[in-house]
Amino acid sequence: MRVVLAEDLALLREGLVSLLEAHGFEIVAAVDNGPSLRRALLEHRPDVAVVDVRLPPSFTDEGLQAALAARREVPGLPVLVLSQYVEQLYARELLADGTGGIGYLLKDRVFDAAQFVDAVRRVAAGGTAMDPEVISRLVARGGRDTGVARLTPRELEVLELMAEGRSNAAIAERLVVTERAVTKHTANIFTKLDLPVAPDDNRRVLAVLAYLGR
Amino acid sequence: MIEETPLRRHLLAPWRGLGLYLLFVPGTLLYCLFLTSLTLTGVGIGLLLTPVVLVAIRGLLDTVRGLLRARTGVAIDRPYLPEVAGENAVRRFARLLSDPATWRDTAWLAADPVVGAFTAALPALLIAEGVWGLLLTAFAGDVLVRNGGGDWYLFIPVGADYPDRPLLQFGTAALGVLLIALGFAFGPRLVGAYGRWGAFLLGPTEASRLKLRVRHLTASRSDAVDASAAELRRIERDLHDGAQARLVAMGMSLGAIEHLLDKDPEKARLLLTRARESSAQALHELRDLVRGIHPPVLADRGVADAVRALALDHPLDVEVTAELDGRPPAPVESAAYFAVAEILTNAAKHADAERVWIDLRQTAGLLRVSVTDDGRGGASLDGGTGLRGVERRLGTFDGVLAVSSPPGGPTVVTLELPCAPTT
Repeated sequence: MRVVLAEDLALLREGLVSLLEAHGFEIVAAVDNGPSLRRALLEHRPDVAVVDVRLPPSFTDEGLQAALAARREVPGLPVLVLSQYVEQLYARELLADGTGGIGYLLKDRVFDAAQFVDAVRRVAAGGTAMDPEVISRLVARGGRDTGVARLTPRELEVLELMAEGRSNAAIAERLVVTERAVTKHTANIFTKLDLPVAPDDNRRVLAVLAYLGR
Repeated sequence: MIEETPLRRHLLAPWRGLGLYLLFVPGTLLYCLFLTSLTLTGVGIGLLLTPVVLVAIRGLLDTVRGLLRARTGVAIDRPYLPEVAGENAVRRFARLLSDPATWRDTAWLAADPVVGAFTAALPALLIAEGVWGLLLTAFAGDVLVRNGGGDWYLFIPVGADYPDRPLLQFGTAALGVLLIALGFAFGPRLVGAYGRWGAFLLGPTEASRLKLRVRHLTASRSDAVDASAAELRRIERDLHDGAQARLVAMGMSLGAIEHLLDKDPEKARLLLTRARESSAQALHELRDLVRGIHPPVLADRGVADAVRALALDHPLDVEVTAELDGRPPAPVESAAYFAVAEILTNAAKHADAERVWIDLRQTAGLLRVSVTDDGRGGASLDGGTGLRGVERRLGTFDGVLAVSSPPGGPTVVTLELPCAPTT
């Protein structure tokens, strides 16, 4: 799997390179600023990009902007955004085009190599990987959007895990229920959120979008 | 002021001027009282009486300032030096008399009957004289002459032969019409001149303006210094108790792991997990700390998106509209952001609100933010809700805060910060 990596701190960049290489990824470019990232994404068309939000030269949300710009040219280009902090605002912007292949994680998540690599793979496959922090702040705020408000607590739990990007099997394992039960919950969620009939992956992204209150 | 048509302005100016002029009556009375109380200073009563009279004079002249603003469009700031709490009678007397504004006030009162007559009142007087001319022509001249009287209408004699001289009568009427026309034509200009005269004497002089400014700056600077010192103490404490302590714990765990690696790998693994948890915890705390100092989204995107991000995280239903061209200077952005955050917290805590509308816009070098909620109202700067603190912090940037919150709501908190866009 071919990866473009953007991270301005040399130590972290090298750490990520060796971590990903150790798990069988091929790093086609590792850059340290916004303009080079933009170029690398369009030149290499990687299977997945791992991008730090804040990059030189402006040290603002340069990485996010580069990723969004590249996705406008290459729709669905899988991007996993890493950040020292998470903002719902950014999560929404990333998910806004509704095509999936989006991850948004705190840098801390790199500590758990297995989970992190799992998230990279999920994003590369067109799924989502939202940081639990985004999710928990949503929950703290309370679901006031009509669709989400209709969900039962259990369905909400399933949706949270779905937003993190977990598969039905993983959700079943996490909640200690059968996979069939999870499938039933997800079907209920799709109905309650009024989602159109579509391939399951796409519906999962839409469900997450509904969850984020679009 | 609402834009009015020129016709309306010309029609109304004479009567507005006359109304302004009539204030010379209480003014002159107060002026006499002031002179009397000054002469009584020698016997002591003046010391107590003069300040009372001066306060009354200031009250009257504040009314005059307000009326001048409303009727002539001339805005006049209050020039008085601020009151000092808890000073004795002699000090107060001395302070009031040494305030240059006091002497300019009395000069205004002394001159007003004359100056006002030739400016504010003149249009109305011209019109009155014109009307008298028309009345003379119509019937009053006849009545006067028949009763053996006489008069001069300006330069036209109204004598015994007046009823028999149509030319004189026509002249009287023409002159009357001319005077009425002059009164209406020059009304706005004359009343405007009176307004400028007011601005000259009743407004602050450059010296007192500076003095007021210095006082304001001194107060707001000490607020700013206090606030930043408190902020630094908080950051120091948070770092000391938080991230720093975690890092110490991590270092200790790592030391122990080094020791245990060969002897007790199982225990070492346990400690490793704990060290990783410590580092995650330290990161978490640093993140919260940074958010409180300068939220990253504010640095990334500016105040509009930062407020949007705030709205997304807020338990209430918050709607944000923004119309900014370019970004205000960073300190202004930060001040506005934290003010909005505090106002939002207030709305959630005290107002019992469900929905909040935030509007940010930039006009004429001002960043203007209004926060409206549908709560129960009754908020005030002095309600102990932290709005006073917001106002003080905005004061450092020459910003102002206004609260409109009738009982039953809605509450509108508006803040204005001077700024020039940087891009």
